[in-house]
Amino acid sequence: MLKTLARSVREYKRESLLAPLFVALEVVAEIFLPLIMAVLIDEILARDITNLVQISLVLVLLAMMALYFGYLGGKYSAIASSGFAKNIRKDIFYNVQGLSFSNFDRYSHTALVTRMTTDTTNVQNAYDLLVRVALRAPLMIIFSIIMAFSINAQLSLIFLLALPMLSLGIFLVYKYAIPIFRRVFDKYDKLNKYVQENIKGIRVVKTFVQEEYEKTRFKARSEDIRDDFIKGERLVVINQPAFQFTLYVVMTIVAIAGSYIIVNTFGGYDAAGNPIWGDLSTGQLSSLIIYGMQMLGNLMMLGMIFVMFTIFSASARRITRFLHEESDIRNPEDPITHVRNGAVAFDDVYFKYTEEAENWVLKDINLSINPGETIGIIGGTGMGKSSLISLISRLYDVDRGRVSVGGVDVRDYDIATLRNAVSVVLQNNVLFTGTIADNIRWGDEDAPLEAVERVARIACAHDFIMSFPEGYDNPIEQGGTNVSGGQKQRLCIARALLKKPKILIMDDSTNAVDTKTERSIREGLRTHLPDMTKIIISQRVGSVEDADQIFVMDQGRIVDSGTHETLLETSDIYQETHAMQQLGDDADE
Amino acid sequence: MSKKATLFRLIKELFLTNKKAVIIVFISLIFASAGMMSISVFIQIIIDDAIMPALDAGWPAVADRLFAILIAMIVVYTLAITGTLLYTQIMAKVGQDYLDDIRKAMFEKMESLPINFFDRNSHGDIMSYYTNDVDTLRQFITQSLVQFTMTMLTLMFIIGVMLYYSFILTVFVGIGAFIMFKVTSRVGGKSSERFKSQQKSLGAVEGYIEEMMHGQRVVKSFVREEKAKEEFDALNETWYDDSATARHYGNILMPVLHNIGNILYVSLAILGSILVYFNVTNIGFSGIYPFSIATIGIVVSFLSLSRQFSQNIRMVSQQAPMVAMALGGASRIFYLLSLEEEHDEGYVTLVNCIEEDGKIREVDEETGEWAWKHPHRDGRLTYRKLEGDIVLSNVDFQYVEDTPVLKDVSVYAHPGQTIALVGETGAGKTTITNLINRFYEIKDGKVRYDGININKIKKPDLRRSIGMVLQDTSLFSGTVRDNIRYGRKDASDADVIEAAKTANAYDFIQHLPKGLDTDLSADGANLSEGQRQLISIARAACANSPVLILDEATSSIDTRTEALVQEGMNRLMEGRTVFVIAHRLSTVKNADAIMVMDHGEIIERGDHDSLIEEKGVYYQLYTGALEME
Repeated sequence: MLKTLARSVREYKRESLLAPLFVALEVVAEIFLPLIMAVLIDEILARDITNLVQISLVLVLLAMMALYFGYLGGKYSAIASSGFAKNIRKDIFYNVQGLSFSNFDRYSHTALVTRMTTDTTNVQNAYDLLVRVALRAPLMIIFSIIMAFSINAQLSLIFLLALPMLSLGIFLVYKYAIPIFRRVFDKYDKLNKYVQENIKGIRVVKTFVQEEYEKTRFKARSEDIRDDFIKGERLVVINQPAFQFTLYVVMTIVAIAGSYIIVNTFGGYDAAGNPIWGDLSTGQLSSLIIYGMQMLGNLMMLGMIFVMFTIFSASARRITRFLHEESDIRNPEDPITHVRNGAVAFDDVYFKYTEEAENWVLKDINLSINPGETIGIIGGTGMGKSSLISLISRLYDVDRGRVSVGGVDVRDYDIATLRNAVSVVLQNNVLFTGTIADNIRWGDEDAPLEAVERVARIACAHDFIMSFPEGYDNPIEQGGTNVSGGQKQRLCIARALLKKPKILIMDDSTNAVDTKTERSIREGLRTHLPDMTKIIISQRVGSVEDADQIFVMDQGRIVDSGTHETLLETSDIYQETHAMQQLGDDADE
Repeated sequence: MSKKATLFRLIKELFLTNKKAVIIVFISLIFASAGMMSISVFIQIIIDDAIMPALDAGWPAVADRLFAILIAMIVVYTLAITGTLLYTQIMAKVGQDYLDDIRKAMFEKMESLPINFFDRNSHGDIMSYYTNDVDTLRQFITQSLVQFTMTMLTLMFIIGVMLYYSFILTVFVGIGAFIMFKVTSRVGGKSSERFKSQQKSLGAVEGYIEEMMHGQRVVKSFVREEKAKEEFDALNETWYDDSATARHYGNILMPVLHNIGNILYVSLAILGSILVYFNVTNIGFSGIYPFSIATIGIVVSFLSLSRQFSQNIRMVSQQAPMVAMALGGASRIFYLLSLEEEHDEGYVTLVNCIEEDGKIREVDEETGEWAWKHPHRDGRLTYRKLEGDIVLSNVDFQYVEDTPVLKDVSVYAHPGQTIALVGETGAGKTTITNLINRFYEIKDGKVRYDGININKIKKPDLRRSIGMVLQDTSLFSGTVRDNIRYGRKDASDADVIEAAKTANAYDFIQHLPKGLDTDLSADGANLSEGQRQLISIARAACANSPVLILDEATSSIDTRTEALVQEGMNRLMEGRTVFVIAHRLSTVKNADAIMVMDHGEIIERGDHDSLIEEKGVYYQLYTGALEME
């Protein structure tokens, strides 16, 4: 997991190393301060100020150095953590762009957005902590111990007793508290989902006068969360009195025993004539106290870092799992980079979305389409129409059989070449922020305005575009809210045509366009683009009745094929659909 | 609400939730912070009262004194630890209780707000009250508030003790504190400024990601991956700049303050020793005396005090941004809580009844027969049978001032009739339905239900009498049964099955893993669109109200399910007064009356045949010459 993430450090390696280096230097500069202060205090006590200036200079110098190193450490860790987060986000985004749809179907949009926002921010925070505090705290503890021992080893033994005890306490508290917090945050998420449901369905709530019911339900959930939170909080806050207890006990012992030592050389002398309990001055006593406080304070800090890392590891796990995701569809070696024509053939094709799925989505599909033909595919939702066409541009790979375009297996093409030759206008049309012309130019960025206008005319979009105040330069609002459904569909058709595809697939993409306009779009395609293969998927018989061939799909199979006239005679499903729609006239929608 | 007022209100409310607990917490905090500060004081006492005399007079002379100090330390520290234990445990409960109260108050308020609120604010914005704002408040109440109070108390104690010892040295520390505050506000200000722009650029990145995810199929089909990467990189780079700078300022604040503290300490030591050396007279609340006599302990303990002092100032500057954020969140929450609820001045209620000899009698038990109970001003009480006769006469309406949405609209729907509303998006079809159940209030004109002005009817009773099947089906987490029973909680299992059968939903429900007891994960995501519609039809059927508002779905569902939905709808419409926002021509054709709407006006009305004959807008719509949505 860490290895995968570490790959995202890249150009920020230097900063990632410099930050802890400067933090370490800062600690070193800082750690000497109390020791030298002890000398200063002893000078004052002795009412001797001969060395005062030198000592003060050393102290100020050390403080300035610590300040400078701290500044640099902060600066580099800011760069390192931000750069790291930037790269992670970039890696995720790039990975998404490279994935195929079969990968993509496994993740929801929100999950992906969360990976790149909340999770990335969590990892960034942890990284910032890692390069700064996570090093600083243990260093401080270790150096403080060393310093304390160098002052008075015997007295410092008390620290060695206190530190593991407090560590154990902190560890136990978190060990029991973290699972509670995990659980409660999980419940918290559910509560938020529940609120969201209520906001979205407020009309239903109010219509059925269920406000009181919803309030009671919410109350129960909220109180459940409260009780868990209290349990967790009560456990976690035990840390504080535990810390104080340790601190005060240590301080009291050090202060009292320390003063004994100062005055009495407590415990007498050993054989060599050295005091058994060591030597201590008043100044050193106050340094010992400072070192002691530093040790225990930083130990608390370590505990908090430990908590941070549990949050971090959950986020990091989610991110790495995603970074490990590899595309199911890859370019072949020696790909073919030219599509000869718009012929399409399916030979004994079987397909399902996941290996585990029991049922085939497409079964035993055989069809052959000549370049320039107009093809209709008809059938209900879930009968396999959209799956069928997604195989042509190789959004998915077949499980058995083969799909070929221009006489070549789609798996032998360079993916970009293939997709550029096949234009798909989708059921749910997506426009992007930008002008109308920008949106059409998705098909070809460098297309001159005349070309844009030409395709807009074929898609019957030119007239309504010109009715906007700024014509082709009129902006599309986010989500395309300023154009109607039918207009959106026509813009999408224009966009697809600008690519000059060999094959145009319209997946139920004219259902919001009125029948007359729809008819003229089809005529335009036929007269202006005779060589382009046109595949029209629809639930309306009217949209496909003038096609050269019509395929009727049911339960993943092509059950009938032929022209409108022959199907009316031979196909039950076609007849039934036709009759049902005649009932509402073909003006339906 | 200003920050100060928000803080004041927060503290007041916290106090009012549990007065006794808050008082104990405050007293405990005093003990705890006094304990923290006393470390320095004890050092002074030990040096001055024990070590110094002992160095001259020997240990036995001070043994008693030292023992007394030890006892004092034990007492003070025991109190401090007890205080800490108490306040942390109590606050864990008080804080969570308060947060729970706030959450509940917010939700209850939200449920009582008019529809207007939900239409005007994006769902994301409303959600952020519950996520961001409550979260910052939680941080504040569980951590910052107590820490902040404790830090402030400690600072006060320290200042008090410092003043007690020496005025001159206190003034000196004061200057140091001033510098630290200046640095904090400068660096901290820059940091929070950049954090804001960092949030904004992160928002831009998020927006871009969302747009690309949404359009992933298009991106792939048009082989736009490289272009997308490029655009993404540019946004990501801007974010990086903001983040690196913001964090830079944030990160350096602590080391800078820390070492200013160190420098202050050194300067204090120098100043102190000069004072001692030159026997400068010291003035403090403890008295006036030359430094040389008894105050070496004072200087030493002053040094330790100044250390604690700068430590606490660091704490304050660390907490300050969190407090500011929490107050921002709290003031948003208080704003939500202050919003005006939907009010209800209605007095006509819906009651169960039985009809005897042409007279209506109110009964308590469920009879399946309903009547409007209408108390009059003169004390009379009349009953009117619930039939479902709805009349809109000369209704004007506007969502915002001076932008009329409905102009002089009159619709007559007699019991059992179907009224189809057709017209373009924005013509006012949905608005009409919003007025009937009083989601919005009309500006002029009258709406009558069974001859009673709907303003006089209690809103819950009015809405109970109007069922609704919307395009956006909004199911709730819970079982299928819970969802069908949603509008009538006391419906029996037989009623539920009956409703499911009416809606044509029973077949597919039986095929679900646990039938009616199948748990729908949030928002029914595991059902197909068509199945969700069937359940929402069953829900309306179960509620069994005499008037129905239908908004037919436009999204394409497959022909078979569509036929089922259609049949279910038709059965549901039988015997009810129905307003249908129609998208299917078969529905329109069968309607008793069709209202063709355009820009808030009814431009044509009549049944299918007469409108076709008229050869107007309806005729054009019907023949497909116009787009209908």
